[in-house]
Amino acid sequence: MKQWIIEGIRTGIKTTKYPKKEDTSPGISPGRPVLTEASKIDPSICPTSAIRKKGKKTEIDYSRCIHCYRCKDDRGGKLSWEMSYEWAYFTKKGQGPLKSSFQSSIHILVVDTGSCGACLSEVELLNNPYYNMHRLGFFVTPSPRKADILMVVGPVTHHMELALKKAFDAMPTPKRVMAVGTCAISGGIFTPSFITASSVSEIIPVDLEVPGDPPPPLAILYGLLILSGKMKPKRQ
Amino acid sequence: MLTTLIADIKNIAKEVKQSQLSCLPLLKIDKDYLLEVCRYLFHKKHLRFGGIIAEQDDTRRLYYLFYLNKDQKALMLEIEDEVSPRPIPSISTVIHGADWIEREIEDLFGIGFRGHPRLGDFVIHNESWGKTIKPMRKEFDVKQPLYKKAGIGPDFWKPIRIVEGQGVFAMPIGPIYSGPSEAVHFMLETVGEEIIRAKTRLFYKYRAVEKLAEGRSVSDVILLAERFSGTSAFSHALGFSLAVENALGIKCPKHILLLRTLICELERLRHHIARIEGICNSTGLCVATSQAGILHEELLRISCEFSGHRYLFGLANIGGLLKDISYDSCSLLAQKCTSLQKRIKRLEGMLRFSSSFLDRLEEVGIINPEQARQLCLVGPVGRACGQDFDLRRDIPYLCYDELNFECALEVEGDGYARLRVFFKEAKESIKIIKQVVDLLNNSRLDGKIDFNIENFKEKLSKKPVGISLVEAPSGAALHWVRLDQKGNIERYRIITPAFFNWHAFHLSTEGFAFQDFPIILASFGLSVAENDR
Ligand code: SF4
Repeated sequence: MKQWIIEGIRTGIKTTKYPKKEDTSPGISPGRPVLTEASKIDPSICPTSAIRKKGKKTEIDYSRCIHCYRCKDDRGGKLSWEMSYEWAYFTKKGQGPLKSSFQSSIHILVVDTGSCGACLSEVELLNNPYYNMHRLGFFVTPSPRKADILMVVGPVTHHMELALKKAFDAMPTPKRVMAVGTCAISGGIFTPSFITASSVSEIIPVDLEVPGDPPPPLAILYGLLILSGKMKPKRQ
Repeated sequence: MLTTLIADIKNIAKEVKQSQLSCLPLLKIDKDYLLEVCRYLFHKKHLRFGGIIAEQDDTRRLYYLFYLNKDQKALMLEIEDEVSPRPIPSISTVIHGADWIEREIEDLFGIGFRGHPRLGDFVIHNESWGKTIKPMRKEFDVKQPLYKKAGIGPDFWKPIRIVEGQGVFAMPIGPIYSGPSEAVHFMLETVGEEIIRAKTRLFYKYRAVEKLAEGRSVSDVILLAERFSGTSAFSHALGFSLAVENALGIKCPKHILLLRTLICELERLRHHIARIEGICNSTGLCVATSQAGILHEELLRISCEFSGHRYLFGLANIGGLLKDISYDSCSLLAQKCTSLQKRIKRLEGMLRFSSSFLDRLEEVGIINPEQARQLCLVGPVGRACGQDFDLRRDIPYLCYDELNFECALEVEGDGYARLRVFFKEAKESIKIIKQVVDLLNNSRLDGKIDFNIENFKEKLSKKPVGISLVEAPSGAALHWVRLDQKGNIERYRIITPAFFNWHAFHLSTEGFAFQDFPIILASFGLSVAENDR
């Protein structure tokens, strides 16, 4: 066992300084397209109609973007990319952040309702030394009875609907629901379909959405921070 | 070899029509002789069984695939039938691995199999629908909002049979877990600590990818192929592109093949390290989990710097890649992977001498080589129980025949053997990455290729079929594509490695202690999303 301790010490601290300091290490986020004034893009290039015309203006609906990169400037498109990760936002119908008395220790129940495995892997990585959500008081819990936040990953398949509803009902109030990933928010490329719901909010009320396919760990962490009220949302 | 095979099959099946299907030899036989021919191929000739592809329009056709060798690749058997006469004989009595495939086809198409021990309630969960639907039939509309209309509401699922007796407990596990795990259900029946019977219930995540693909354009479907299993995204997207290229007769330039090989191996490396992390985690060895976790995250970051995406989405494209890749970024990638090599070796070395860790893996979750062959295990899991089969070496695609690498092989079939295979293959992947970058030297590396389906009108008029066999990180995967006259997808079939391996999973838990279950599960490292599609 000794050698493990030595190995652990030798590795040193890898954990990110986020949220105290912004993390800008390369490779932590796939980024997302941004519309600049100059970019004139043909909306038909986007397979999920995330880019659309509203009157004269073109806009990007990030809750539909699946990071297919077809609109990116180095792959045939015209848009430039921003390397951000603070993407999460509160839904209009949601209840907003949790009250302060719950902030120090937040328990999360993760439910996979049909994800491709990438989103789930990113959620799993929150326990990785690089991100370590425990330091911020977030814990994954095995039981819905102890959970404050329900994290739903993936488009909701009909087969998982009952399990999801049961888990939601079993949670004590106050509770919040967070939909992680484009597929959970808008069904991504798996809708319209007879077997998947077009969003989690069709089944249970959603309070916070984290777009991205998959959203990188820091995007999910940012979502957790603002949902638990530990941090103020940066932009709305 | 092929000529003797065909001669023998002609002896058995009397009337045999021989033809070619997208470069593979195809034999059309009568369904009455199917069992005999399968028995001959699988038991006498020891060919590996690759799966069944079903197609249904005016007639229904089933294609049975057997892997051959480097030159002929694979042999296909075809049986054709009018819709809904007598059921087709089930080959699962001869080839156990075909059991689940037949259940799947029955559930999705409604094609009956005579002599199959158990059909129904497999892909389409009966309790969720209350009535049977056959979604893969042509007349079924994938976009109908059945989802909301199903109405009857999800009911509770009950196992057909559970073991009863003194001291017997049935423990249902899943589909929601204590951590971030994929949705799958297990029914474990235990006496004391020992699991006497285990049942795996899958397809909670069935998203009907194959059905969604129908009628859509090639450039849409490649997104589906990429995103149905995020942890092996590039391999499956590549499988799809190769199948389309195969159907249209597109030949890729050398540097594209090399770049694709490079990306495949990067993905394999990351996949295997993630599996190793999972195994360490399941045994509760914290420092090792962190060490593997650091490697995992670093590989994701390396992938992101190389391609723009952490899981290598948005790279694959028909006829090329979606993006130009510079030689510098390739050599940087090779450098970074080489620097990881030392750390992977050190981790392996330390794990080898951690007795508390080994105790939980060794002689736990055993599948013996005979079972493995019967159940057609593939990939690292198969190679850990003596199945010496790796498409990269046996039926090479891309540039694998020019590369120098070893395939892992272990015979014990326990958790430790699987861990060793994962380590060995991860190290080999780094070796391949280095070789590919050496070969890439001096060649031009533009990835973007002009691909326009309009240019293939002539080919498309025949409704071409394309087949590709690729070794995804978790094993041999088959992609089958039939295009229609407009160049849209008429039928897309994916046979995933996870499908075969999940079928065998329950065997490895029976007879072992309940506490070992999570460890056995982690040592298999199977993706549910890949299976469920
Ligand atoms: S990356 Fe793809 S999905 Fe996202 S906006 Fe661009 S084209 Fe649309």
